[in-house]
Amino acid sequence: MPTKQEVFEKIQTALVDALGVDDDEVTPEATLVGDLGAESIDFLDIVFRLEKAFGIEIPRAELFPEDILTNAEYVENGRVTATGVAELKKRMPFADLSNFETNPLVQEFGNLLTVNDMCRYVCSKIGCEG
Amino acid sequence: MRWLWIDQFTEFESGRRASAVKCVSLVEEYIDGYFVGHPVMTPSFVIEGFAQMGGLLIGQLSDFRANLVLAKVSRSRFNEYARPGDQLRYEVQLESYQPDGGLVSAKSYLGDRLQGEAELTFAQVSRDMVDLDFFEPAEFLRMLRVFRLFDVGVDANGQPLAIPAHLLAADEAAQAK
Repeated sequence: MPTKQEVFEKIQTALVDALGVDDDEVTPEATLVGDLGAESIDFLDIVFRLEKAFGIEIPRAELFPEDILTNAEYVENGRVTATGVAELKKRMPFADLSNFETNPLVQEFGNLLTVNDMCRYVCSKIGCEG
Repeated sequence: MRWLWIDQFTEFESGRRASAVKCVSLVEEYIDGYFVGHPVMTPSFVIEGFAQMGGLLIGQLSDFRANLVLAKVSRSRFNEYARPGDQLRYEVQLESYQPDGGLVSAKSYLGDRLQGEAELTFAQVSRDMVDLDFFEPAEFLRMLRVFRLFDVGVDANGQPLAIPAHLLAADEAAQAK
């Protein structure tokens, strides 16, 4: 079973390769969109790299729940409804949504996922030590 | 000008890798349009060859039914230009694949020298978004045959790659017209 540090380092490599950023920019607290400049097509690339790095399958909707954010059942006037937030929490137990909940604008969602969230996600799939 | 950026496949292993050659010729229109008087094959055209190979490597996994687009090029690095008279050897490896796309790594060689390399991400365009075939099936099969894909292609068990039935049917229908 890999350590959390080993998982972080593999994710760091995947993000450096996918986004063309420097190692030292990929900190645990860095957000993928705001800090590392990821665009929507990069998420597909990141998923492929993580699958290869960890030998796992990643349904894209688990990490990037576009289906919820574009579903009229969960979104009203550009804001995710309480039901939608509950659905996001269920889908993404590894992500800290507490800040997002205070002002759940759809356009802000992409900016909340951090490198640390990615590490927690991978650890939830493969198990991590430490 | 025909938008075919490899001359022929020399190897094609389903779900794994492919190699191909591209001979650079002064007869090609683009070749001295970039630096007039200094004919070179600019790296973007090498990447186009990588993209055609990678798209076919991924597309073959769905019997060429998926509509794929090149979504992104990353880690692209070229060390020298290819010039008229050169033969480039392309090596493309499937790194990751899932039904909505894939990632390939690609390298280009001039003899033993690494000429260039890149990584390419492909996305499948779902039928919900665009409900049409990107290629007319009979013409598409003709292109695969021109590339000699089925002359060298092998499946996951190392057996000769069969031409998908839907492409053969389209070809027969086109010839019957």
